[in-house]
Amino acid sequence: MSTDDPIIEFAGVNKWFGEFHVLRDINLRVAKGERIVICGPSGSGKSTLIRCINRLEEHQQGRLVVDGTELSDDLKAIDAIRRSVGMVFQQFNLFPHLTVLQNLTLAPMWVGRVPKKLAEERAMQQLQRVRIAEQAGKYPLQLSGGQQQRVAIARALCLTPKIMLFDEPTSALDPEMINEVLDVMIELAGLGITMLCVTHEMGFARSVADRVIFMDHGQIVEENTPDEFFNHPKNERTRDFLSKILAH
Amino acid sequence: MTSSDAAFVPVASRPPPMQVRGVLPWIRRNLFDGWANTLATLVVLGLLVWALPPVIRWGLVNAVFGADNVACRALAESGACWGVVAEKYRLILFGRYPYAEQWRPLLASLLMVSAIAASCYRPFWRAWLMPLWVVVLATFFMLMFGGRFGLAPVETSSWGGLPLTVLLSTVSLVVAFPLAVLVALGRQSRLPGIRTICVLYVELIRGVPLISVLFMASFMFPLFMPQGTTIDVLLRVLLGMTLFTAAYLAEVVRGGLQALPKGQVEAAQSLGLGYWQTTLMIVLPQALRLVVPAIMNTFIGAFKDTSLVTIVSLYDLTGALQLAMGDANWRKFFFEGQLFVAAIYFVFCYAMSRYSRWIERHLNTGTRRM
Repeated sequence: MSTDDPIIEFAGVNKWFGEFHVLRDINLRVAKGERIVICGPSGSGKSTLIRCINRLEEHQQGRLVVDGTELSDDLKAIDAIRRSVGMVFQQFNLFPHLTVLQNLTLAPMWVGRVPKKLAEERAMQQLQRVRIAEQAGKYPLQLSGGQQQRVAIARALCLTPKIMLFDEPTSALDPEMINEVLDVMIELAGLGITMLCVTHEMGFARSVADRVIFMDHGQIVEENTPDEFFNHPKNERTRDFLSKILAH
Repeated sequence: MTSSDAAFVPVASRPPPMQVRGVLPWIRRNLFDGWANTLATLVVLGLLVWALPPVIRWGLVNAVFGADNVACRALAESGACWGVVAEKYRLILFGRYPYAEQWRPLLASLLMVSAIAASCYRPFWRAWLMPLWVVVLATFFMLMFGGRFGLAPVETSSWGGLPLTVLLSTVSLVVAFPLAVLVALGRQSRLPGIRTICVLYVELIRGVPLISVLFMASFMFPLFMPQGTTIDVLLRVLLGMTLFTAAYLAEVVRGGLQALPKGQVEAAQSLGLGYWQTTLMIVLPQALRLVVPAIMNTFIGAFKDTSLVTIVSLYDLTGALQLAMGDANWRKFFFEGQLFVAAIYFVFCYAMSRYSRWIERHLNTGTRRM
């Protein structure tokens, strides 16, 4: 896959939380349509890395270009980027005071200026895609965790994003519900949307990812195809990490 | 393991064990459940037997209900003189408003209270509520001021009693609420200038008794005005009360803002919603319903605080009562008068309290697991 014309480019990106150096000299080019899995121990900066892409976190040094726009303090640019980047959170973050359908139509109606009827039509299509259309009139807290996360994915898709960010989408779920979410994500992988996914689901990484990135201490330690990454990890730290999470 | 080939069949659900119904079992379960409960029940019963008969004798049996001053004096404290209410209720309810014109404050108060009641009903939360309030307020002031449509003009200094209490609390709360939300948002602003102004405002106003604020509004404020310009004392007091209530409400609202999980704002931002869209559609609807009980607490407090305007010579309900007690013939029976006014306050406050519980339940539809 060519990265000559990247949709996301990190060039020497650094970030600190107070004194804590959370991202260190990040260089990363993501090609259009590429599917990347990011893993690493907790506190390694992987969530922060993808949260920089839609400016939920600000980087302090280096260049970060998303879909041809460099992230800076220009609020217009940030709005444009957020419209083309969808995000799915570990804790779902659905709006509990709105129904499932209202959760999905809110952004298209108010950000995309889509008429209500059309927005609802499209929302129902997305709900069908994640196989949860019959729950459209319910409130999020009346659904199971797996259902909520699928609604969250549908909500992000309603803005027809070019890039989807997943921040540990299955970490807050009961074991029985992980697969229903992963199945939806595997389907999405076939749509040609650029995906960056922070996850420890190595089965998902093997079957879907074009590239696996391993982070530790705010740095990218290793990046490789899933085959190479799992079978011939180059770095000692990677081998150590993999032995721990693949042991069981 | 013995029946490994059998499919799992869940046990059918059964109704919970029935409790014995009826009055006697209820009494045993709730009043005489163990020796401590029994003792408490007996103590309370004893207190009621000791206290209730004298109260009933004083308040009902021996009481004088007509406006009969001689009969009241003959009571010599053996019974209540409700005659003071029968005699003075118009002065207490409407203050020094001209006697012949008192249908105007009555109508105005009823109008305002009806508008409040209508605004409390959720299906009425529609766009037409705004123009309705404009009309209601305009009619209220038209009725009270007069000077038009053949109504005799009445100065604000003659306004008093219930309409004044209702006006002061409604206007100060209605204006204070949006102000409080803005100040609470301002305290969380990224801009240090706005943050500082909001913190200063809250801390300054909260650090001063309401009485001082009212004094400043009515006596000091005019000193800073250019010569010859006067602002009505009622308006100044309204302004003072609004600023005071808003400072307290702002802290309540801030509590709600802080209780909201950060993920809600992040989700809204990731969807491309701007600051005001996020605030109006995601943050405030959730933050405010978290603090409904605390908001209502502040409202009830502010409602009763309107009685402090007496010190700047505005005669609200309690002030009008003082006026009524100026009559030497009836001064002795101030206690009954106080009870009457207290009952009016209680009706309003209890209504607010019940409404708070109702609205809490209704707003929480769906936000809690069933």
